[in-house]
Amino acid sequence: MRNEERHQKAVDKLTELAGSVYDQIDDGKIPKMIIPLRTKSNIRFDPKSAVWKYGKAMGARSAKKLTGAQMLLRTMYMLEFIEDMIKEEKSSTLREMYYISEGWAKAKFSTQDESNMLAEDLEIITTCMREDFKLRPEEDGARVIGNLTLEETDRKGKKKKINCRDDVGDSGYGIPYNVEKDKIQFLECDADLVIAIETGGMFDRLVENKFDEDAHAILVHLKGQPARSTRRFVKRLNEEMKLPVCTFTDGDPWSFRIHASLAYGAIKTAHLSEYLATPTAEFIGITASDILNYELPTDKLNDKDIQALNAEKTDPRFKDEFWKHEIDLMLEIGKKAEQQALAKYGLDYVTDTYLPEKLAEMGIMK
Amino acid sequence: MSSIAHELAKKQKEISVSEFFEKNKQILGFDSLTRALITSVKEPVDNSLDACEDASILPEILVRVEKNDNSEYTVTVEDNGPGIVKKQVPNVFARLLYGSRFHTRAQKRGQQGIGVSAVVMYGQLTTGKATRVRSKISDEDVAYECDLILDTKKNRPDIIKDDFVIWDRPHGTSFQVHVKGKYIGGKQSIFEYLKGVAIVNPHAKITFVPPEGNAIVFERASDQVPPPTKEIKPHPEGVELGELLSMAKYTESLKMTSFLNTEFSRISYRVAREVCELAGVPPDQKPDQMTLEQAGAILEAIKKVKIMSPETDCLSPIGETLIRKGLKNVLGPLKADFYAPPITREPKVFAGNPFVVEVGIVYGGELNKEEPVQILRFANRVPLMYQQGACAITQAVEAVDWRRYGLEQRGGTGIPFGPAIVLVHVASTKIPFTSESKEAIANIPEIREEIELALKACARRLKTHLNKAAKRSKARVKFEIVQDIIPMIAQKSAKIVGKPVPKLAGTITKIMNVVWIDEDVKFEKSRHHISVKIYNYTPKSQSFHLHMLLPFDKVDPKTLKEKPIEVREGNKVTWDIKRLASTEILELNFDLHGVSQEQYDENEVYVSGIDPASVIGVEVLPGDWDLEHLKITEEGAPEEKEEGEEGEVDYDEGAEAINNEE
Ligand SMILES: Nc1ncnc2c1ncn2[C@@H]1O[C@H](COP(=O)(O)OP(=O)(O)OP(=O)(O)O)[C@@H](O)[C@H]1O
Ligand SMILES: [Mg+2]
Repeated sequence: MRNEERHQKAVDKLTELAGSVYDQIDDGKIPKMIIPLRTKSNIRFDPKSAVWKYGKAMGARSAKKLTGAQMLLRTMYMLEFIEDMIKEEKSSTLREMYYISEGWAKAKFSTQDESNMLAEDLEIITTCMREDFKLRPEEDGARVIGNLTLEETDRKGKKKKINCRDDVGDSGYGIPYNVEKDKIQFLECDADLVIAIETGGMFDRLVENKFDEDAHAILVHLKGQPARSTRRFVKRLNEEMKLPVCTFTDGDPWSFRIHASLAYGAIKTAHLSEYLATPTAEFIGITASDILNYELPTDKLNDKDIQALNAEKTDPRFKDEFWKHEIDLMLEIGKKAEQQALAKYGLDYVTDTYLPEKLAEMGIMK
Repeated sequence: MSSIAHELAKKQKEISVSEFFEKNKQILGFDSLTRALITSVKEPVDNSLDACEDASILPEILVRVEKNDNSEYTVTVEDNGPGIVKKQVPNVFARLLYGSRFHTRAQKRGQQGIGVSAVVMYGQLTTGKATRVRSKISDEDVAYECDLILDTKKNRPDIIKDDFVIWDRPHGTSFQVHVKGKYIGGKQSIFEYLKGVAIVNPHAKITFVPPEGNAIVFERASDQVPPPTKEIKPHPEGVELGELLSMAKYTESLKMTSFLNTEFSRISYRVAREVCELAGVPPDQKPDQMTLEQAGAILEAIKKVKIMSPETDCLSPIGETLIRKGLKNVLGPLKADFYAPPITREPKVFAGNPFVVEVGIVYGGELNKEEPVQILRFANRVPLMYQQGACAITQAVEAVDWRRYGLEQRGGTGIPFGPAIVLVHVASTKIPFTSESKEAIANIPEIREEIELALKACARRLKTHLNKAAKRSKARVKFEIVQDIIPMIAQKSAKIVGKPVPKLAGTITKIMNVVWIDEDVKFEKSRHHISVKIYNYTPKSQSFHLHMLLPFDKVDPKTLKEKPIEVREGNKVTWDIKRLASTEILELNFDLHGVSQEQYDENEVYVSGIDPASVIGVEVLPGDWDLEHLKITEEGAPEEKEEGEEGEVDYDEGAEAINNEE
């Protein structure tokens, strides 16, 4: 679909939504919106795409309760705002959107999470994407280093050819918020795999040790929970360049979730899993077994960690043998470890020993 | 208690009084420097209040504490009481066990005849200085002033010097003592003690000049002198062996029967004879010849003979109105939300002594939510500052399950937590203290039970208020939805789809489906502005009766537009609300004139003739209104149905924390 068409579709869908609220009031009913529940218990594995999507459970946002009424009112304000932006060919960041609501009296958002969530709700209801609503996230600075040549269309419409190893500084190529084909084309690639890395410190370590060259790898810095564009970028590398992907994170419950959202789909954005998740991605570590096998320096799990692990035990995405074993083991030893704990054995240990061993184990590297 | 006093009297010859004092510092209230200073203020202040009450004078008391050097302080307490006759002054202040209250039974602060003399003695023991007393009675033109030392060997006053002086007041007493002490602020301090005094003595004006200067004044909140308490003779059931023996020794009666009849309450000659007979004591025997065995037998006999309980009209409780006034007057700056209507129980009896329990609760507002509830303990209008844990009042507070009444309490026992202050006052002709320092009330089952009942009764009133507030805030939320949010949603959606703004009545009545009554009272320029707004948020027109409890003769008729259809007993007022159309609003506004603020600070509004489940904001008419022409059909309101349609999940409430994933 062309851009204008996408925006027209968004306007039509949003107007339809407003019309439904209008009609309910006109019929003397209590207005409500029905939305799939965005909860752990309402995600289902879709065998066709091999990712997790929302199931059939629906929730109602009804004006009968204060929160529901407020959210409906916010929705109306947001619709108006989006339609205005489309009409005037403007766009705004999610953060700006949040600040815009300052002028919405009773419809003002109290946190940016609230406005972000509502934007996602609208995506789900309209089956559009927030970019279609002219809403974009802030650049989040995730970066890439490796022998990949791509062509980026810059803000002035000029196409630039960039090699992500030779044409960039030490901090690598910055992933923009839009990574669709109209923005980025992959031209050439000399690599055997993609390694998605949680922390900046470890990303820099692999770069300094020239692991991208030695292992023929494209290194992607996830920066914690990866943004949509980062996940989409990785998925495109996987699908278009046919590169295997693996995630390399800290060894704690939160890092497990980073892998889950990259590989299986995130609970919060399960409506987009098919478009964002890379189902073949493998988890390198740090696993609970690594903590034991490599005798890594550790921290004790705190109460929040333990809660998170227990929550993962009822998370359908972690239902396989591998995760069951690792989660139980981590609970049993009561310990977690950082990626950088590998430095216990020297700065080269991760690139000389740990990664080669683990990648070989997975059959990705010989 | 009196047994210690007797022991003291007996031993006076054998040991020096100062030695006794040294040994009993704690029970006399001088065990630490801080406490000694508080006691040195407390004893003369208690006496001043007693004296004023006896003479039906509105007390005006000045307390000054000055720091000399090191840890020496000068305490001055001045009152406008009746004064003390010259002859008595030295004995009153410098002789232990000399007091007018000894052996009498009346609700007084003083009951031992030790209090102020102990302060005098403590002063001279710690500073070597004499105490100066000045007193003037209204019959005299001049005041008598003397410097006193207590001769601790003989328990007799030593007058160092005395004189008559001019004093520019009609009557009163001034007491000035020098003591070693330590002045502190905080929970157990002179300031807190005086604050407590001011709460339970709203008729007293108290000025406090602390060592750092700046006088603090507790103004009086009431001009009513409490009715003088009546003195009663001891009831036989409360008499102890030693007491009986000493009474028998000093009586003027010549026969056992007349002794029992005249010295005790509720013993007629018939009962006296029955007692003597049962005890095997000759009715004609001279009382002062009674042996120890005979005394014991008399006490046993008293237990068996049926004797009427003591009279209880000799007590003078503070009363519900004045407790509330006192609390508001003194605690006003704390900006609490609610003063639960206090409870004054009916008098009861323990061991032949009548007593009465009173409770008041202050709640909410700016009171601290995280801390244990503050307990204010009082005995015969005297604040109890020490030994909180040993006191029956504290134990009763701990035994109540406060969770039922809206306070937090781990496991349902112990001191509850929450933004509340609990006041408990026990008044009796004889308060059973745990020791002579009069700081903790003994855990007598009869008293404990009464305190618990009073606490629960007052707590129920708190709970009623909290329920009402919770209901109201729930109603306010819905009100916000239909008044503000729905109209805006309608307007915005209309604009987006380009259609006229739809009618809201259907939606609004579906959301609310109640008659909402919002009442309010404001006090301004000596007028109460009362407003009752009735919103019919049901889909039908509604007719019902609205009732209010208010002094109808104080309603300013000029402000009353909607005339009531009935006024019963001068305060039960009923309006007929006829056919209030769906989504219509009716306002009832009027002023009260000439009612004090405390007398009316919450509206009491009720409805009848309408399904109670469909009304929020007010209660259903209680049964005791017994209105003949109004049929009251309501039963208990059915539990409110959980909102939302069958099986529908609330999207915004079902949400889990999913924010740690993008
Ligand atoms: N300010 C005063 N004005 C008039 N009479 C007073 C004053 N102070 C004391 N008296 C008289 O002196 C008596 C002795 O006082 P004291 O404090 O020693 O004993 P008490 O008050 O009877 O008992 P307690 O030991 O419980 O305080 C009082 O009973 C009272 O009759
Ligand atoms: Mg006294």
